[in-house]
Amino acid sequence: MSDELDYSNIETPELIQQIHDDLYDGLVAEVTAAVNELLSRKLTPYDVLTRALVGGMDIVGVDFRDGILFVPEVLMAAKAMKAGMVILRPLLAETGAPQIGTMVIGTVKGDIHDIGKNLVAMMMEGAGFKVVNLGINNDADKFINAIKEHQPDIIGMSALLTTTMPYMDVIIKTLKEQGLRDKLIVLVGGAPLNAAFAEEIEADAYCRDAAVAVETAKKLIAIRRGNM
Amino acid sequence: MNKLQALLENNPVVLADGAMGTMLFEAGLQFGDPPEVWNMSHPDQVRAIHRGYLESGSLINLTNTFGGSRFRLSMHNLQAKAPDLNRTAAVILRAEVEAAGTGALVAGDIGPSGEIMAPLGTLEYADAVDGFAEQAAALVAGGVDVIWIETMSALEEIGAAFEGVRRASADIPVITTMTFDTRGRTMMGVTPEQAYKFLAGLGAAAVGGNCGNGPNELLAVVQRMRAVASPDAVLVAKSNAGMPKLVHGKAVYECPPSEMADYSREVRAAGARIIGGCCGSTPAHLKAMAEALAA
Ligand code: B1M
Repeated sequence: MSDELDYSNIETPELIQQIHDDLYDGLVAEVTAAVNELLSRKLTPYDVLTRALVGGMDIVGVDFRDGILFVPEVLMAAKAMKAGMVILRPLLAETGAPQIGTMVIGTVKGDIHDIGKNLVAMMMEGAGFKVVNLGINNDADKFINAIKEHQPDIIGMSALLTTTMPYMDVIIKTLKEQGLRDKLIVLVGGAPLNAAFAEEIEADAYCRDAAVAVETAKKLIAIRRGNM
Repeated sequence: MNKLQALLENNPVVLADGAMGTMLFEAGLQFGDPPEVWNMSHPDQVRAIHRGYLESGSLINLTNTFGGSRFRLSMHNLQAKAPDLNRTAAVILRAEVEAAGTGALVAGDIGPSGEIMAPLGTLEYADAVDGFAEQAAALVAGGVDVIWIETMSALEEIGAAFEGVRRASADIPVITTMTFDTRGRTMMGVTPEQAYKFLAGLGAAAVGGNCGNGPNELLAVVQRMRAVASPDAVLVAKSNAGMPKLVHGKAVYECPPSEMADYSREVRAAGARIIGGCCGSTPAHLKAMAEALAA
């Protein structure tokens, strides 16, 4: 029960450390309680998000890459992160900077991997983007329809299979045919991709992880809007 | 004695077939489209692939039903077709096996749901059992000799699939293989030792690994299972032909037939008795393996 978790005696730096540990262990109630405690200490929602939650997920990501954690642990951590986001999302909307932009993101046709893409969606949302998450197995039509409906600044495509990444090329070609490509920033990600592939298919950038996706999105939007 | 036991009695090592999916892509299947539909829309192409493997000497051949569960088919809104597609696949393969007349067996292929089991994910155990039971029942109705549950990464899911098969048939032999592609473990973190103990405990007729990152990693899986398995346990290795690389927009697998031939001898020496290929392997790879194992 989260009410029974009393974090009021723990100093803020230790409490942030505690959230990192609790995220690592996938403890939903503990993360919820600690996020509320930090907010009551007048940390901004953005600080709680970046220092506590994103900081914690970064550690999970590194240990996953190093083979110390496996998928079940990553999913548990993502659930705990989501619980924290439920609290922060409305506050970020109230207090946060104006919405930076809109992103439509999805996993491409033939591919059902969505764990990484969902993390990217969550982090983008945390950073102030409106995110439209199309889920898995999206063909070019689904992307095009979503672009027409939501008028995003950015589209994000995810593929985890060597055999599905070529479909990103199909989507970009379709965007070009329909005259939509130049209006959009196209970001791509997923474990088997690399920067050379992104360049080959004429995406705007390859994003190694969620943090890079956020940075890249912010940077390219600023450039487009002539702020840089 | 069932047909699988008889086959193993007469052959110290049994060759199983190679890839179906990557062969269908070669034949024109579009990526992202369900291969199982070809059992009805392009049966001649499916038959030709089976024939290729039978001619190479494969004695256990898998139906084209890897993604034939209602879970995978629902991605294409085809879940209602699951019984038909599975039964037809078995009938097609049976006809080719009879025509070849080599005494090969028909194995009903069951692959993963593509979902994550609750509570981590959303697929409830009872629903998983129901879906796999439906697939298994259709394969059994189509006349398969064994069921081969493959490419699994979670023990809960392969357990549900096994239970589903048993609901469809009390005594059909079940071969079970998981994919150890993440630092020697499955994606969900299962070690070869854990997999062997769990699957042998369920009563699988044979246990092993399939797909993965290539022959070397599967060799290690067989060695690790051998170390904890009972001496008479039947171990399985069905490796892919290495990892795919993108060459001019096409996925090309890195191991030529000669490397798969070497692998077949190595896993035999490590104690595997059922040996085959997975993604990227072709009848040419299988032929090289058959020759290597005969020499
Ligand atoms: C702006 O847009 C952007 C920006 C950044 C983006 C982005 C989009 N998308 C991702 N990023 C980036 O940011 C994210 C967060 O930091 C990162 O996302 P990642 O997704 O990389 O990282 C996540 C946080 C965690 N990583 C993951 O979630 C992927 C983990 C591994 C273990 C994995 C999983 C979990 C699964 N799988 Co699969 N799976 C594997 C993976 C092996 C591994 N250890 O990496 C991989 C990807 N799988 C593979 C395979 C082969 C398969 N899988 C399959 C199925 C599955 C499960 C269903 C069991 C499950 C997916 C569950 C789900 N709901 O997602 C099958 C395919 C199904 C299909 N058609 O898609 C199947 C084909 C297995 C089979 N034969 O059935 C391999 C691909 C090999 C290849 N190069 O082609 C694989 C590398 C495993 C391996 N070593 O062989 C970045 O890449």
